[in-house]
Amino acid sequence: MGAVHIRNLRKVYRREAQQVPVLDGLSIDIAEGDFVALMGPSGSGKTTLLNLIGGIDQPTSGEVVVSGTDIGRMKGGKLAKWRSRNIGFIFQLYNLIPVLTAFENVELPLLLTKLSKKERREHVMASLGVVGLTDRIDHYPRQLSGGQEQRVAIARAIVSDPALLLADEPTGDLDAKSAQEILTLLQRLNKEFKKTIVMVTHDPHAAERASRLVHLDKGVLEATPATAAAAR
Amino acid sequence: MAIPFSYNLRNLVVRRTSTMAAALGIGLVVAVFVLVLALAKGFAFAVQSTGLETNAIVLRKGSNAEITSGIEREIAESIAVRPEIAKDESGAAMVVAEVVTLVVLPRNDGADVNVTVRGTAGDRVLGIRTNVRLAAGRMFKPGLREIVVGRSISDRIRNLGLGDAVVFSRQDWKIVGIIESGGTGFESEIWGDAAGVQDAFRRTGVFSSMTFRLTDPTRLAALRTELESDPKYQVTLKTEAQYYADQAGSLSALIGILGTLITVIMAVGAVFGAMNTMYAAVGARAREVATLRALGFRRRAVLGSFLLESTVLSAIGGAFGCLLSLPIDGITTGTMNWDTFSELSFAFRITPQILGTGFVFAIAMGVVGGFLPAVRAARVPITQGLRQI
Ligand SMILES: Nc1ncnc2c1ncn2[C@@H]1O[C@H](COP(=O)(O)OP(=O)(O)O)[C@@H](O)[C@H]1O
Ligand SMILES: [Mg+2]
Repeated sequence: MGAVHIRNLRKVYRREAQQVPVLDGLSIDIAEGDFVALMGPSGSGKTTLLNLIGGIDQPTSGEVVVSGTDIGRMKGGKLAKWRSRNIGFIFQLYNLIPVLTAFENVELPLLLTKLSKKERREHVMASLGVVGLTDRIDHYPRQLSGGQEQRVAIARAIVSDPALLLADEPTGDLDAKSAQEILTLLQRLNKEFKKTIVMVTHDPHAAERASRLVHLDKGVLEATPATAAAAR
Repeated sequence: MAIPFSYNLRNLVVRRTSTMAAALGIGLVVAVFVLVLALAKGFAFAVQSTGLETNAIVLRKGSNAEITSGIEREIAESIAVRPEIAKDESGAAMVVAEVVTLVVLPRNDGADVNVTVRGTAGDRVLGIRTNVRLAAGRMFKPGLREIVVGRSISDRIRNLGLGDAVVFSRQDWKIVGIIESGGTGFESEIWGDAAGVQDAFRRTGVFSSMTFRLTDPTRLAALRTELESDPKYQVTLKTEAQYYADQAGSLSALIGILGTLITVIMAVGAVFGAMNTMYAAVGARAREVATLRALGFRRRAVLGSFLLESTVLSAIGGAFGCLLSLPIDGITTGTMNWDTFSELSFAFRITPQILGTGFVFAIAMGVVGGFLPAVRAARVPITQGLRQI
């Protein structure tokens, strides 16, 4: 079994009396070490799918197995613990904590582990080393450029060494140059560090960097043609 | 593991205007609360320390205050020879039969107030009331319309200084001495010769009370049983300390109730102030909170974090309130003592315990005000929080 195994996934939101089906019997398998680009029109359920894979949302029905764990029925504290060990989240708006420095932001996930202060420091510095920001450890988010913020966020996502990274439009708020840097970094994490990555994007150029393209429309997956990158 | 404390501290600093406004609200309540407690404390101190454990006071049966009590001369004379009464070095019984009445005098601010006039025995009274001493001048002499006045009313009431003359009962009374008593109720009294006061107020032959030193305080109970059960006397007996503690009771309670009422009303305001700030903080930080939870922090870590934040906020307020109240410590004020209907002056007494109580009260306001916002923060679904821009 691969990194992600989804069968007959349904997600229905209730808006007042109305039932709004967002995902309607979706099935997909993502292999370990894959770099998947998830595309689709706005409102098609991309974020919803990502949230379900990441265990921050609960399916209405269906099977969600991530890294060998059936998370569909897991709840609360157990799920939180599972997330902290298995998933690295990367957001469009970086979601750094404004009052914490780059170092402290990256350290956050490690506060949930049993690591000593010294070990935490080593891990944080290693992560910031991967994203090339060891000279910015004491900077607050507002003192960083968008691209730098997203790199700190990526360092935070990888600091506890999760197998799966989930990136929701990670370049959506960046200029072209910064976007390229971030995509290069994600590719490197995929190739060099063997991270499985699922990335939501609107940008076809960004999608090209992935090894597989998945198209979501109205809650179901469309044809999944192999990309140029996958063919290489 | 908990969300780091520095996260809360820095958030309080970031929104310092709102933090300070809420802390100020809590601080003002704490200041008022501390002052109410200090007032009650000062009042209780002034009244309670007036009476000594070693002295007993005799009143008419059924009477709670000297002003409403009366004891015939013959009764007083027969009690004065009891063996339970201590003797001084010269062999004289340490007992005074006193007459207590009220006069109206103008305070410095112009308001008329009732002042207790106590007719007593100038040669014996200081030996019995060892908590009172002559601070200036000399003791009054019998038959000369001389008086001594308590330090506190001497300061607060017009023309009551040493050497002044004051008119009451259509007679001139010359002030020949000032008495001090460490802030007790006696500092709010005028003392003159018992016969002179009885004469001036047409109360010849009747005393209000008797106060005497016991040879042994443990003998009081037996003496009380004997005197109270003998229909000839029609008196009641208690320690002087108990008498003044009883006096303090009703007004202390009143200050307590009024003060608590004011404090509670203000506290409700301050709690809503804190709640408001915390709701605003929770609202503004929904995406942050959702991010923390996505990273693996639990709901209860979020709850604890926001509770801690409002507790720190209220601790700042508490410290501020305590500081604010401190300059009032020792400032003298006055009130009607409802049991004796006379002016009693006393000082705000701020003790470390009172400050501690005020601080704990502040923390309590923070916890109460922060609870609902913290619950809200912990309950926002992650997916919903993440959608916040
Ligand atoms: N909490 C929610 N309650 C109701 N409807 C929601 C909620 N979250 C998302 N939706 C709806 O689900 C649909 C898919 O949303 P989303 O997964 O964010 O799409 P995408 O990321 O592809 O733009 C949208 O129509 C959106 O309005
Ligand atoms: Mg989306």
